[in-house]
Amino acid sequence: MADNATLTDIDHVNDVKDVTAKTGVTGERIPTVIADRVDIVYRVNGTSAGRGSATAALNRIVRRKKTEKASGVRTVHAVRNVSFVAYKGEAIGLIGTNGSGKSTLLKAVAGLLPVENGKIYTDGQPSLLGVNAALMSDLTGERNVHLGGLAMGMTREQIKERYQEIVDFSGINEKGDFISLPMRTYSSGMGSRLRFSIAAAKDHDVLLIDEALATGDAKFRQRSADRIRAMREHAGTVFLVSHSNSSIRETCERVLWLERGELRMDGPTEEVLKEYEAFTEPKKKPRPAKA
Amino acid sequence: MRSVRKRGPTAWEPEARTPTPRVKAADVSQVLHTPPQARAEAREDLAALAARHGLSVSGARPSLPEYVRQLWARRHFITAFATAKLTSQYSQAKLGQVWQVMTPLLNAAVYYFIFGVLLQTKKNVPDYIPFLVTGVFIWTFTQSSIMAGTKAISGNIGLVRALHFPRAALPLSFCLQQLQQLLFSMAALVMILLVVGVPPALSWLLAVPVLVLQFTFNAGVSMILARLGAKTPDIAQLMPFVLRTWMYISGVMWSIDVLLSEHSDLPTWVADVLRANPTAVYIDLMRFALIDSFRADNLPPHVWATAVGWALLAGVGGFIYFWKAEETYGRG
Repeated sequence: MADNATLTDIDHVNDVKDVTAKTGVTGERIPTVIADRVDIVYRVNGTSAGRGSATAALNRIVRRKKTEKASGVRTVHAVRNVSFVAYKGEAIGLIGTNGSGKSTLLKAVAGLLPVENGKIYTDGQPSLLGVNAALMSDLTGERNVHLGGLAMGMTREQIKERYQEIVDFSGINEKGDFISLPMRTYSSGMGSRLRFSIAAAKDHDVLLIDEALATGDAKFRQRSADRIRAMREHAGTVFLVSHSNSSIRETCERVLWLERGELRMDGPTEEVLKEYEAFTEPKKKPRPAKA
Repeated sequence: MRSVRKRGPTAWEPEARTPTPRVKAADVSQVLHTPPQARAEAREDLAALAARHGLSVSGARPSLPEYVRQLWARRHFITAFATAKLTSQYSQAKLGQVWQVMTPLLNAAVYYFIFGVLLQTKKNVPDYIPFLVTGVFIWTFTQSSIMAGTKAISGNIGLVRALHFPRAALPLSFCLQQLQQLLFSMAALVMILLVVGVPPALSWLLAVPVLVLQFTFNAGVSMILARLGAKTPDIAQLMPFVLRTWMYISGVMWSIDVLLSEHSDLPTWVADVLRANPTAVYIDLMRFALIDSFRADNLPPHVWATAVGWALLAGVGGFIYFWKAEETYGRG
């Protein structure tokens, strides 16, 4: 592939950039998350040409020693050799086009997805803002608040204490007593508001937010943006994945730009966003970069 | 092909570089921030920096005592998750929670029709109906715990990838859900016992230690299969056949004791294997506890020791086996 030449070139860029640039200038800053040449690979079963047929499956078993593709296991290299250092008090935006590995990287930082190569060091336990997977649509909103809180590691007392706050914040009960109805009866907006409210109820050291700002109506978006700002003050470091450049600008002072799993740029928000916007601008024809 | 292109010159781009269409933005920032020769030191620097500030590796497996502590801290989640799963199970059905009792009763009715009436297994077995129903309920507890355990990780990959908690909480929670389900069945069983005229006795209290031991055994086996099923989801397809074979040799609808006394020519190892089978042991102990006509001489020798032994072996062994792969759960 033509990529290889640039790949090796990129590798060391990612490695050294932060360390020398940041610790060199201000040795005092305390790192909270360090990603050291991180690779993340997904393996997907049963993707070869004759995936469904029994003969294809048998063939796979008989010819064990074949390449991964022939054996029906496809690997997806979601994050390639990414290194960065995040410091206490920073709010870092993660941007990139769809499928560039942003969410995957975030999950690896949270320790939820094993890395293939490299290491991620963290201060305490970073937590992903999101409890969707723990909630059950057949249960009432009320029970889901309890279940979600417990799933995030809150104690029963903490949940009891914050229960009213969570319900009020979600605004679920503004149009009637919806909190005692099963979540499957909620509109998608109501559901995501409750989910965000549950997720935002916990205090986090390192907070990882994946597209959470895009939920709900304008009023709720404003409220959740305020909530995230408040959480930032408590949390040591905030990571925000978003496709909304404006919410990145509002929240973050530093931006990591991932493209095809590689870290393309790491720097102050304005600098990176300027490049990124130029990259994603669909209309303009690319001009040769001659002065 | 890579479609990365520069969109024209920017103010801070160094003159010396002649940007080709494939030059990346990162190259530019490298020139801005760092001298290229710093590469080697930087690699060690990241690990050293982490060590200096006491950062730990994300997603690393905790030590066994720490793991137990984390799991204990999540006990409320384990119970809440089990209860939530149980109640959401029939929440769309018109009869709702009535199915918790109806399903095991219907199951027992089917087995009674086939084995009791059609195959006449009931001859030589006194109180055949409670004998059969106890067998079916206790067996179902182990069977569905193991089935749920097999899919505990592979079927909840979204949860595993979204939240941080000791993964053993999942198989444990599913076994607890099955235990709650069994308690509903036991309520139905008590009704059946009273209806067919088995007198209530103090020995019914023995049901509690039996259930504790069986739960420990189930949880252990579930954790072993949860790990296997996480790595190879195909196990879930295979398990129904293994479990059905296991059911037929566990004396669920026939009496091992009667079989062995009728066929005294069977080799002794067959008798030993049939009697040492953990599910057979738990089923017989429960029959001994609940049914007055099922007496101690119907039980295999050293039955309590066998029951405790299986529970400890599976429980402790399964837990350690599951913990050993803790950091790998969630990999695609």
